[in-house]
Amino acid sequence: METLLQQTVNGLVVGSVYALIALGYTMVYGILGLINFAHGDVLMVGALVALTVVQLLQTHAPDLGPVLTLLVSLGVSMLVCMIMGYTIERLAYRRLRNAPRLAPLITAIGVSFLLQTLAMIIWGRNYHTFPQLVSTMPLQPVAGVFITPVQITILVVSALLMVGLVLLVNKTRLGRAMRATAENHKVASLMGVDTNKIIASTFIIGSALAAVAGVMFSSNYGIAHYAMGFMPGLKAFTAAVLGGIGNLAGAMLGGLVLGLVESIGAGYIEDMSFGFLNSSYQDIFAFIILGVVLIFRPTGLLGERVSDRA
Amino acid sequence: MITLLEAKNITKRFGGLTALSDVSLTIRKGEVYGLIGPNGAGKTTFFNVLTGAYVAEEGEVVFNGTELPAGKPHEVVASGIARTFQNIRLFRELTALENVMAGHHIRSRANPFEILFQTRHAKEEERLITERAYELLKYVGIERFAHTVSKNLSYGDQRRLEIARALATEPQLLALDEPAAGMNATETVRLRELIETIRHDGVTVLIIEHDVKLMMGLCDRLAVLDFGRKIAEDVPAMVQKNEAVISAYLGGHATTGAAK
Amino acid sequence: MNELALAIPYLGKNNPKAARWVVLLIALVAPMIAISFGRSWVRILDFAMLYVLLAIGLNLVVGFAGLLDLGYIAFYAVGAYTFAFLGSPHFDIHLPFWIVLPMGAAAAALAGIILGLPTLRLRGDYLAIVTLGFGEIIRIFMNNLNYPINITNGPQGINGIDPLVLFGWDLSRPIPVTDDFIINPLFLYYYAFLICVAGAIVLVQRLQVSRIGRAWAAIRDDELAAKAIGINTRNMKLLAFSLGATFGGVSGGLFAAFQGFVSPESFSLMESIAVLTMIVFGGMGNLAGVIVGALLLSALPEVLRHVAIPIQQALFNDVLLDPEVLRMLLLSLAMIFMMLLRPAGMIPAHSRYSRPELLGQEAVK
Repeated sequence: METLLQQTVNGLVVGSVYALIALGYTMVYGILGLINFAHGDVLMVGALVALTVVQLLQTHAPDLGPVLTLLVSLGVSMLVCMIMGYTIERLAYRRLRNAPRLAPLITAIGVSFLLQTLAMIIWGRNYHTFPQLVSTMPLQPVAGVFITPVQITILVVSALLMVGLVLLVNKTRLGRAMRATAENHKVASLMGVDTNKIIASTFIIGSALAAVAGVMFSSNYGIAHYAMGFMPGLKAFTAAVLGGIGNLAGAMLGGLVLGLVESIGAGYIEDMSFGFLNSSYQDIFAFIILGVVLIFRPTGLLGERVSDRA
Repeated sequence: MITLLEAKNITKRFGGLTALSDVSLTIRKGEVYGLIGPNGAGKTTFFNVLTGAYVAEEGEVVFNGTELPAGKPHEVVASGIARTFQNIRLFRELTALENVMAGHHIRSRANPFEILFQTRHAKEEERLITERAYELLKYVGIERFAHTVSKNLSYGDQRRLEIARALATEPQLLALDEPAAGMNATETVRLRELIETIRHDGVTVLIIEHDVKLMMGLCDRLAVLDFGRKIAEDVPAMVQKNEAVISAYLGGHATTGAAK
Repeated sequence: MNELALAIPYLGKNNPKAARWVVLLIALVAPMIAISFGRSWVRILDFAMLYVLLAIGLNLVVGFAGLLDLGYIAFYAVGAYTFAFLGSPHFDIHLPFWIVLPMGAAAAALAGIILGLPTLRLRGDYLAIVTLGFGEIIRIFMNNLNYPINITNGPQGINGIDPLVLFGWDLSRPIPVTDDFIINPLFLYYYAFLICVAGAIVLVQRLQVSRIGRAWAAIRDDELAAKAIGINTRNMKLLAFSLGATFGGVSGGLFAAFQGFVSPESFSLMESIAVLTMIVFGGMGNLAGVIVGALLLSALPEVLRHVAIPIQQALFNDVLLDPEVLRMLLLSLAMIFMMLLRPAGMIPAHSRYSRPELLGQEAVK
């Protein structure tokens, strides 16, 4: 029972990171119908930029204190990712908006690998230790469950960001324009919406969220490296599909569900498979879920979009 | 008159919106049947239900005495209904000839093994497909562009090619979605001649069209849709005089539902 | 081969017959030219042939049917591991290659069907991500299925795989012609692979110019219209996908026999991406382009090793970018810029899906 509770807490933490990344996928998919393969790598850049800034601050301004150090590096990494998200959209995707279906997908894969390669050139191939500015020492256990300050921070920050995003999309002019553009580009632009600007904003917002997710991810696990974006990216996409791609609430729900399944599953996989599989198979849960969803409910838990646009 | 197609009480909803409500109509063998109505009246929706692209919530379509499978476009084509699209949808990288040959897919048999081993049957079938496709290009009058990649054809020729491709599926009913859209007067006249020829050769034709003048001259019978309901079904001369139709086209809806 | 011949500038247009002989001649003498640069170049040539085979298979899926498969190398892995299981000391099974190779192909095809069945009825983008995930799953299994029962031997991989033995003739043994003239096995493998490539080209061209090839092209160009002319799009996509997987399986088996050992390392995502870049670079859907792309890009790592290091040393007195990083950089840039600037590929050619000559004199103007 305690294991179950413990794994639930861990699952919620990982799940909320997935949810933040999934939001970026789902927003871009909702508006452009494009799987932005490079999204996971934006997360990676976010984490590595933050790492560099933290290291710089720790050597040049050691009396800044951990909180400020973290905030400044987070801010810089968000800024870098936002600029990068905009650049990617502007240079690579925009020109392909009316190209045959495969072209933007292949370009997205290319961008993803380009980012990884550039990161490898800048930061090297090795794993970096990510400084633990928020403690990862567990607090006093409650009901036998250990939780660390960094986990609490992750839960609180992602909850705040998600609420913020929902408010942005539902209550502001920009949000309304985004919804209109997602519904129909042509009509939206006839109504005076600058769709180019809206699409760019979507990429910028998504990238900022990815940067935050990257910093949280690295803080939680204590590492960062050039290929770290791949798995969370793939899983967050699964989360987006699970919730119903194009649907914001779905992405959040999908992220949490995926985090829970994965974490609880990893705790029990050895028993379930009679000792045949161990926790190194944790990663396959996401794909099993993806398969099951695609077979039985391709529109996802909350999705209403049809799988095939007639 | 033999009934070819009978749509019975078709109702199609999108969320809260009822796009078609209780539409029934009958198409007879050998006629040119027109479907008209103001924008948003449900013509294209009906078309999509008929060709299996949409599944209707209620009602059924009986074709040649058997019920059409819902939501399975390729089976609808197999049973003998072919369609064209309002916004021309050709296979842009294929030549005109290859587009029509692709249309023969469903009327040909060769399986992968026969093709890989180039059996005599596969070779013979390929030759037949090629010849028939060329004949169809001639039939619609664009054989000189047989080897032109279809995206490079002129607009009017693309329309003709799409019709040839649909005919390649050997349909009993050819359903044309606004075939005259975007055509100039000369092209429209030639299109009308083509449709007459097709009908003359034994294929029943269903047309959706905005060009009321073309429809009045071309169709044997017309059905009029308005707000997802059928408000009239008759020969053109009678439809023209129908009050409900006139008010639907002029914008007043006071008498909707009076035409029964 | 016709398409390859036509792709030769100038000669292809003016004298197709001569061009065809040129292609044949190059294919036959290539290893003899390569050996003069060193034996490693013949080896590269052998691998290049395997890449050509892979690229032809992936092109069936991506170029013909328009389905993006990002985990194609997984089918290669399935073929290679099947060969390793059934023809190595690992389980001490040594079945002859003409049983093992088809079994690898069948296993890959089956994997393709299992993977394609649920995903191919959905929008194409899902396939991309599912195949990406599939590639990873296969890798996870290859790496971890050494415990509790040792099936794959984990990250160490499987050694001592049987070589190709054609009718009692072991391709991995040098043939001494005279005392100082020995035919190297690398040559034998080259010609064996060349025959496979030639066979693959013939088969793929037959499919391309057939009702099936046209159905694939139709689905690629406009899926809705393809349905509207009665094509069972799901079955046709499944056919393309499983046939592509079969090609991957065969190449994988050949790879295992040639290399003598397999390990998860050879089947990384980067390899899938490399094969995809080959067909994007040469020209999707166009066989000549795909072959040229595969030949050029499979030599890239070696070329970089021989060229990039000395140049960097001369310029900066240091190796700033190692060849592997440089390769990734070039591949990803190639993918992006090809799509933006030259989506039809480097070898522009119109792919044929029919044989107008069947019409006889009257129609050929």
